[in-house]
Amino acid sequence: MNENSAVIEISDLNKWFGNFHVLRDINLSVSQGERIVICGPSGSGKSTLIRCINRLEEHQEGRIVVDGNELTHDLKNIDAVRREVGMVFQSFNLFPHLNVLENCTLALIWVRKMPKLEAENLAMEYLHRVKIPEQAQKFPGQLSGGQQQRVAIARSLCMRPKIMLFDEPTSALDPEMIKEVLDVMVDLAETGMTMLVVTHEMGFASQVADQIIFMDEGLIVEQNTPEEFFNNPKSDRTKLFLSQILSH
Amino acid sequence: MNTKSLWTNERTRGLIFQVLLVVGIAVFIAFIISNTITNLEKAGLASGYSFLGDTASFDINQRLIEYSSTSTYGRAIIVGGLNTIVIAILGILAATVIGFIAGILRLSKNYLISRLVTIYVEFVRNVPVLLQIIFWWVILLSLPKVRNSLSIGDSIFLNNRGIRLPSANFSEGSVLVFLVFFGVLITLYFIKRWSHKRQEKTGKIFPFGFTALGLIIFLPALTFLLTDQPIDFNVPTRGRFNLKGGFNVTPELVALWLALSTYTAAFISEIVRSGILSVSSGQREAASALGLKPSLTMRKIILPQALRVIIPPLTSQYLNLTKNSSLAVAIGYQDIVSIGDTVLNQSGQALEVISIFMIFYLTLSLITSAFMNWYNKRIELVER
Ligand SMILES: Nc1ncnc2c1ncn2[C@@H]1O[C@H](COP(=O)(O)OP(=O)(O)OP(=O)(O)O)[C@@H](O)[C@H]1O
Ligand SMILES: [Mg+2]
Repeated sequence: MNENSAVIEISDLNKWFGNFHVLRDINLSVSQGERIVICGPSGSGKSTLIRCINRLEEHQEGRIVVDGNELTHDLKNIDAVRREVGMVFQSFNLFPHLNVLENCTLALIWVRKMPKLEAENLAMEYLHRVKIPEQAQKFPGQLSGGQQQRVAIARSLCMRPKIMLFDEPTSALDPEMIKEVLDVMVDLAETGMTMLVVTHEMGFASQVADQIIFMDEGLIVEQNTPEEFFNNPKSDRTKLFLSQILSH
Repeated sequence: MNTKSLWTNERTRGLIFQVLLVVGIAVFIAFIISNTITNLEKAGLASGYSFLGDTASFDINQRLIEYSSTSTYGRAIIVGGLNTIVIAILGILAATVIGFIAGILRLSKNYLISRLVTIYVEFVRNVPVLLQIIFWWVILLSLPKVRNSLSIGDSIFLNNRGIRLPSANFSEGSVLVFLVFFGVLITLYFIKRWSHKRQEKTGKIFPFGFTALGLIIFLPALTFLLTDQPIDFNVPTRGRFNLKGGFNVTPELVALWLALSTYTAAFISEIVRSGILSVSSGQREAASALGLKPSLTMRKIILPQALRVIIPPLTSQYLNLTKNSSLAVAIGYQDIVSIGDTVLNQSGQALEVISIFMIFYLTLSLITSAFMNWYNKRIELVER
């Protein structure tokens, strides 16, 4: 992996919420096609970190460069970054007043200015990929959590992003639905998508991750390959976290 | 089934109570009516609505239909009713526009803007509207005398007798201008459909708003200029003592309109604000993450969801404004209550006049509610 292929380059990132220092001196470089799983205790800043990458949160210090665009106050760059980055949320955030197909085509039509038919065909293609083409005409409220999350993934993929961010995509789901969403994500990983996934699904992490990042109190405490991370954790904090999370 | 089981049966017992209640209310109302009629007869007052045909013999300064002091009470009340409808419609339109803008601005990230709007809302909705009506009225009455009218571009004049605006006289050729105007409206409808189709086919977004605005203003104006200017604008001018020409809007109407619309707008802005806040922040984030611009997010994601929450309380604000317009009586704007009062005093037909008030407001309110419910249903249908 040479340096040029880094699609996300974060250096000396610091962020505060008021006086509260959420992210401390974060350095992270993600190459094209790399899959990174981020874990850590609640409140450690995992969501904040990945939300900084598509500017849902503003950082105060350091640099974030996504696919050659540095995130600054320049709206052009923010637009450019959001074109390349898709995001999936813990709470799905589907648009409840639009049906599944419209959820997927809205941005294609109004942001990408794509003809409706083309947008619908593309959306159907991705609904097939997440295995729910038959739900296209339903409204989000009529779907199960797992189905909603898969629609949300399809909605993001329609925009053909280079990078996908996932913020605890399965934590709001019942156990039997977690698998259907993880399966879709494993499929996606196999297509070579660059992925940053905040999750505590360690099975998923060891299956697809190239790197696992452990965060605590705003710091990246440990960053390692899954084998090393699980078998040979360096810091005590990581060991404690792993023992807690693997015990149930 | 014996009587005991009838009584212990949940449903029959409910039915019995309801029947008893209805009978009770009917007896009570019948008693009041018969009692009133006997008392009125004893006092030598005829009940009934025949007085509406009698001559009113008082003047009304703002009238939308032909009226003079020789007209009947009935006609006077109609003139007053129309005046109420005028203030209600003007007020509802202005309150809606101001209220939506203020509601959205109050959520602005710009501290100064949101602060200013907050101050406006908190001030206006915490001062009794009657005081505000009088406040605006006093301000308007303290404008200069007619002779020293303030002017805006020498065509609009402000003075203590109101606002003098240019009026328009339509000669025969003006039909063409109107035809062009309606022609443009029809064309726009087709442009809208065409642009929708084109967007579906090619994805190109047509700047409909600008085009519409441009055409609506430009084409009729062009027709007006090309034909021999068939609409005669009667621009008021300064005479020696008085203003000539134009038409006068009374300070009472302006004061009432300003007060009612800013007052109601303050409540509407709160409704709009809470409607927008009721849409979870996740919706905005998901839209941003997909690359939607804030204005598009507002139009396509936030407002459609917020409207469901906004419409029902908005309806009651419209009804409030309509009913509050009866405070017109305080400054002598001749609305239905103000004129009805005069009729009542002259004719002595108190019950009849009040019954007319009630039926009038009830009708207006029911029409408003019906319209808003229809609209609410419509946006609900789009929903699911
Ligand atoms: N908008 C905000 N304003 C102030 N503090 C915030 C804000 N968002 C998050 N925080 C705080 O920042 C810290 C990190 O939050 P973050 O959501 O990134 O944690 P997390 O690691 O994702 O936790 P979880 O596993 O619970 O999702 C928390 O202590 C949280 O309370
Ligand atoms: Mg989180």
